[in-house]
Amino acid sequence: MIDYAFPGLLNYWIVFLLMMIGLYIVIAHENLIKKIVGLNVFQVSVFVFYISMAKIKGGTAPILADSIEVYSNPLPHVLILTAIVVGVATTALGLALVVRIQESYDTIEDDEIRDIEERSD
Amino acid sequence: MTFLSLNMSVLAVIVPLMAAPICVLLRHSGLAWAWATAIAGITFVLSIGLLQHIMANGTLVYEMGGWDGPWGIVYHIDEVSALVVMIVAAIAAVVMPYAKLSIEREIPKERHYLVYCMFLLCMAGLIGMAVTGDAFNLFVFLEVSSLSSYVLISLGNDRRALTASLRYLIIGTLGATFYVIGLGMIYMMTGSLNMTDLATSLPEVQDTQTIHVAFAFVIIGFGLKLALFPLHIWLPNAYTYAPSAVTAFLAATATKVAVYAMLRLIYTVFGDVNPFETYGLRGVMIALALLGMFAGSLLAIFQTNVKRLLAYSSIAQVGYMVLGISIGNAIALEGGIIHMFNHALMKGGLFMAMGCVFYMVGSTDLKDMAGMGKRMPLTAAAFVIGGFALVGTPLTVGFISKFYLVQGALAEGWWPIAFMIMFASLLAVIYVWRVVEVMYFQKPADGDLSYNEAPIAMLIPTYVLIGAAVYFGTDATLTSEISLNAAQTLLGGSK
Repeated sequence: MIDYAFPGLLNYWIVFLLMMIGLYIVIAHENLIKKIVGLNVFQVSVFVFYISMAKIKGGTAPILADSIEVYSNPLPHVLILTAIVVGVATTALGLALVVRIQESYDTIEDDEIRDIEERSD
Repeated sequence: MTFLSLNMSVLAVIVPLMAAPICVLLRHSGLAWAWATAIAGITFVLSIGLLQHIMANGTLVYEMGGWDGPWGIVYHIDEVSALVVMIVAAIAAVVMPYAKLSIEREIPKERHYLVYCMFLLCMAGLIGMAVTGDAFNLFVFLEVSSLSSYVLISLGNDRRALTASLRYLIIGTLGATFYVIGLGMIYMMTGSLNMTDLATSLPEVQDTQTIHVAFAFVIIGFGLKLALFPLHIWLPNAYTYAPSAVTAFLAATATKVAVYAMLRLIYTVFGDVNPFETYGLRGVMIALALLGMFAGSLLAIFQTNVKRLLAYSSIAQVGYMVLGISIGNAIALEGGIIHMFNHALMKGGLFMAMGCVFYMVGSTDLKDMAGMGKRMPLTAAAFVIGGFALVGTPLTVGFISKFYLVQGALAEGWWPIAFMIMFASLLAVIYVWRVVEVMYFQKPADGDLSYNEAPIAMLIPTYVLIGAAVYFGTDATLTSEISLNAAQTLLGGSK
């Protein structure tokens, strides 16, 4: 039986909540900026997920010294550094596209854009 | 071994990656183009060398900085990787010479150097995905190629290119993030990111809930990237409104590399787990592949824009590749792999023919194709030959792929699937014929049938791909040898 104990798995519950909130915003909101922000929340939940899984209670940085016995796994943290960079690039590009869309459609509401596109077909 | 043959795998990634920023420094449209073309050519030569090396010596493991896997990042190149690298580099080397005129017509001059920069980055990302032996590295290269392809698509001259690009960005990012979530769970259970290392440690934990969820995440993540039906929503608009040269390059390479990544996950990373049996993946994948083949082809029949028609046909063709992967015996897998190569040739050629039409006419609407058989006879002929390949007529590459796929299905005794492969090809006859009919048997509205052929600099690259589609259809010994070896290497890892 799996233990879904609340305090011990708090981080994962937060990850789960953020992930669903982010995904819901991407799916449900018509405003393109909100969609990008939702995407960001979704990505951040994954960052928290990686960081939580590598952290050990009382663990410090992995330095080769006698005083250090328990240390956290640095690899997932480093991976997430890469993923953060990717996330920033994605957000920047997404927002830049939204600016261009605003310039050429005069709106950033997805439903209105779809209407305009259907009319022009 | 010489320095070059030792380092070919890493050079194929580094050369375009390092060359990309130089395009930005060059600024000048013509100089940036010449530079990018030269780099694409060099990478192509490297990829041929790499493929020859792998065929002669077997799998190559390249350790970055001399650190052994699983600690360091390794490049792991076997026959499939080398073939995919060759596909990407070859298509880039053919599209680049073509791109100059096409891009000059479709994109404002001050942005040209950025196009070539993004082009090289996209190429580096795609090649990186094919050579890497590290699962997280795969994500990084995936994002390098994806981000640059979003930019390339958004440069189309229709404003709908912007929305197409943004929708692709949202779906593509979701897909890549899904992959990272799954990978995180895999890392939690195994403590490794090296693909060969994962292959040995995953079977121990294969029945845990975490790995089940992880597997679903990574497969859906890449399902989104390779436009597996019904996750294909982003593809038609992205291919329709992107600049012609970009569409030709992306349609011929991007989905193929994603198919390769899925192949790698199923046959290498989860190879010993055998997800087809243990997770019941085979039924799902075959069903989705068949649905994709029919839905893609049926939707293609009703399109009024030829680029969009070809995009829907791409969804169907991805279905063939996924089918080849999922049937699971060596012949079908060989069919799936050879179809990656063959489809790159024919779809690249077809989109380039459409680029020629767009260059001369400024539209790829079906109604504007009227009289093309007279006005642009060479372009129209290229389209017809490419169309034949898409249908799978003998003497074209399409026949070779379908021959192996049908044989693979029959070897399992699944004759309904073999029948459906042929039936879906008949649907391809309908959508190809619609275009051919308008091209050859309809008069344009203004009755103008004067000769108005695309420039030779665009026709030659188009005919290189179309010619290759015929050449490898008449003499498939080379391609089938490579893909048979590739299939055997993959299956060897999954016993």
